[in-house]
Amino acid sequence: MFGYYLQLAFQSLKRSRALTFLMILAIAVGIGASMTTLTVMHILARDPLPGRSGQIFYPLVDADPTHNDSKEPVDLMDYRSAVDLWAAHRADRQALIAEGDIRVVAPNADIPALKRHMLATTSDFFSMFDVPFQYGRGWSAEDDKNRTRVVVISDDLNNKLFDGSDSTGRTLRLHDSDMRIVGVLKPWRPSPLFYDVAGGRFAGGDTSDFYAKPQDVMIPFSTGQDINQGRFDPFTCWHVPDPNIRQQDSPCEWVRLWVQLDDASKVSAYRRFVADYAAQQMALGRFNHSGNTRMRNLMDWLDFNHVVPSDVRLETWLAIAFLVICLFNTVGLLLAKFLRRGGEIGVRRALGATRRAVFMQCLMEAATIGLLGGIGGWLLTLLGLWIVRRQPTAYADLVHLDLSMFLWTFAASIAATLLAGLLPAFRASRVAPALQLKTL
Amino acid sequence: MQIAPIFSALRRHRLATLLIAMEIALACAVLCNACFLIVYRLDQMHINSGVDETSLAQIKADCIDDCNEVDLNARILSTLGQMPGVQSASVINAVPFGDHAGTAGITLDSAGRKFGGVIDFYVGGPGSFDALGLKLVKGVAPQTDDYVSLNDFVPANASAWVTRALAEHLWPGTDPLGQEFWMDKFHFRVAGVVAHLARPGGGEGGPATREWSAYVPGLPGKHLSGNYLVRAQPDRLPQVLRDARAAVVKVAPDAVLDLPASRTISDLRSTYFQQDVAMTGILLGVIAALLLVTALGIVGLASFWVAQRRRQIGVRRALGATRSDILRYFQTENFLIVSMGVALGMVLAYGLNIWLMLSYELPRLPVYYLPIGVVVLWLLGQLAVLAPAFRAAAVPPVVATRSE
Repeated sequence: MFGYYLQLAFQSLKRSRALTFLMILAIAVGIGASMTTLTVMHILARDPLPGRSGQIFYPLVDADPTHNDSKEPVDLMDYRSAVDLWAAHRADRQALIAEGDIRVVAPNADIPALKRHMLATTSDFFSMFDVPFQYGRGWSAEDDKNRTRVVVISDDLNNKLFDGSDSTGRTLRLHDSDMRIVGVLKPWRPSPLFYDVAGGRFAGGDTSDFYAKPQDVMIPFSTGQDINQGRFDPFTCWHVPDPNIRQQDSPCEWVRLWVQLDDASKVSAYRRFVADYAAQQMALGRFNHSGNTRMRNLMDWLDFNHVVPSDVRLETWLAIAFLVICLFNTVGLLLAKFLRRGGEIGVRRALGATRRAVFMQCLMEAATIGLLGGIGGWLLTLLGLWIVRRQPTAYADLVHLDLSMFLWTFAASIAATLLAGLLPAFRASRVAPALQLKTL
Repeated sequence: MQIAPIFSALRRHRLATLLIAMEIALACAVLCNACFLIVYRLDQMHINSGVDETSLAQIKADCIDDCNEVDLNARILSTLGQMPGVQSASVINAVPFGDHAGTAGITLDSAGRKFGGVIDFYVGGPGSFDALGLKLVKGVAPQTDDYVSLNDFVPANASAWVTRALAEHLWPGTDPLGQEFWMDKFHFRVAGVVAHLARPGGGEGGPATREWSAYVPGLPGKHLSGNYLVRAQPDRLPQVLRDARAAVVKVAPDAVLDLPASRTISDLRSTYFQQDVAMTGILLGVIAALLLVTALGIVGLASFWVAQRRRQIGVRRALGATRSDILRYFQTENFLIVSMGVALGMVLAYGLNIWLMLSYELPRLPVYYLPIGVVVLWLLGQLAVLAPAFRAAAVPPVVATRSE
């Protein structure tokens, strides 16, 4: 039956080529536009740590004395709060993060000094975020404690300085300190750069920088306090810092803490721990309010920061509205097409075809148009994504059509035309046999 | 032309008519809002930075090792100042469309209780005020003794030149000259008002705060170094910039030249708006595709109706209707359908705009977009129906005598 209906559908489509072409074109353009933007959305909104993101949390306490409990805490923490929470080791894994620019020189390499963004973190960072290594490995908790001068570099930097060879054991000069390379990462491109996301609510919707590449240089947090003293980027300060005091004591928020908590009881225990810490600091007089603590999991934190740029969301809505218009168009054209064949349907009904059979035949025809439109839509999606890749945005290189979106292109196209075909098919199946026969 | 027969014909095709009208309504809603988004973006891209963009370039040298900033300033300023074609070289912490350098919240009292907003400070050395080409509205330009030394990113106590937009926000209706404001313990007194000076990038509060900036004169030194403003004749600027980049690399080996930032202000401006240009292109593409699809829909349906009514057309022609009568019949029919569509479309356009206002902080759709959208769709409908209508008009009267 299926094969016969399919044959009928192709015959009918061939009969009015122009109308068929119009319908396929409308579906292809609508599907192409919406799948392009949906693919970009799918890539930008996906879970950067599938399977683990639910266990990763971002605690915040609020040391800012100009704040109160009714405000959101600042997106990062001051040095002391972050280090205190980290040093308690109450979570299954925990990583401190601070960042800043640093001068990088490879001894024996004929390359002038480079300025690179550096990440200072703790040993759990690599295991907690599943960071892949090409050579060597991350440093240990011992190294964190002993302020060892070790460094992990990115695949990019290794290619640039060491031609991609195994550079572990070699020396890299950071600022004016010699550091031993212990690890080289594989190409690693989390999207978004989740552990770096902050301040999205102040970005005015322009959040494409959250999709930048990871830092090229990673060193132990404690070592960073020695070799890069005072040069870490602050997120904000509640007072202008006195240039004569150490950055660790400055009235600034510049340290992030990520923790991994493996089950619900640990999560609630840690939440209590953070609240207790704030209360204790208030009792000690360091905080002047303590109710303002937060602990969002990774995906909630990304949502809170509106990681998907508002332009991308707007484009998606636009494309969906466009698809709806294309569908209305298709409904109209299908209606025209089916009813033009009123006579033929009348004959078939008079010869004993049930309404159901006519209905199914019409739907089959719609689905065939959907399939053909899907092929066109797929090609247009590839074209659309090629255009997106040429845009000057941080996420341009991430955009490609994966298998699931490829399948979705066809599923959406066929589903959309079936939906559009329902009403015309119903009308066609209502054609009265006798009336049509009379006019023949 | 009688409309009544057209209406009764449309009533017989209620469903198809309704569908095409709905399509036009949606197209009208999307069209009006997409056009509005384009104009809104173009509008933001035409922001007046207040500075002579075509004559200015920025040179940025990052001192990432402990270098002597005073010495670095002296070396770079004397090198740039002596280069042929350079009208002036000065130190400044930031330029419009460059990186933010002095963004901070200010208060209108020394205790820090009356919050004034988050603004951008432009701290510039001697010569930078004139080089920028700022237009004074009130007060006088900075004098030699207005340039004071800094121990932080802004001077502790200084005169400030605020923009008209910032003055109107902070002291509406009063004379801003002589007014004071604070940033933490740092104190500023307004000595002048300039017409325009856009902050480096977008403001926290959206487009309304785009010009919340203040120019503060300061002496180059440890806390004001590494970022330079070069002024030259617009036609000589590209050459001057090339020479300046090469010269800075030579005289300042202790610093790293920031190439992406060391460009003309016009270049920085076009990079800054690259994303908006791309989005405008996408919106234009959507509008074009939208109009195309709508037109195709009209062509398809009109062709179908013409084919279906061949006999009736033949009968009418045989009874004395002229070709132009038939042509006008289909044109009028299309006009009626499009009119129904746009009537609903205007309501939808406003609904869509309200949703955009809520989710994207866009302003209200100006009313005159609606008639423009209506006229565009009427014209589109008439164009699309033309070919099928001509085909209808070409139906010979003899068709009436044949059976199908």
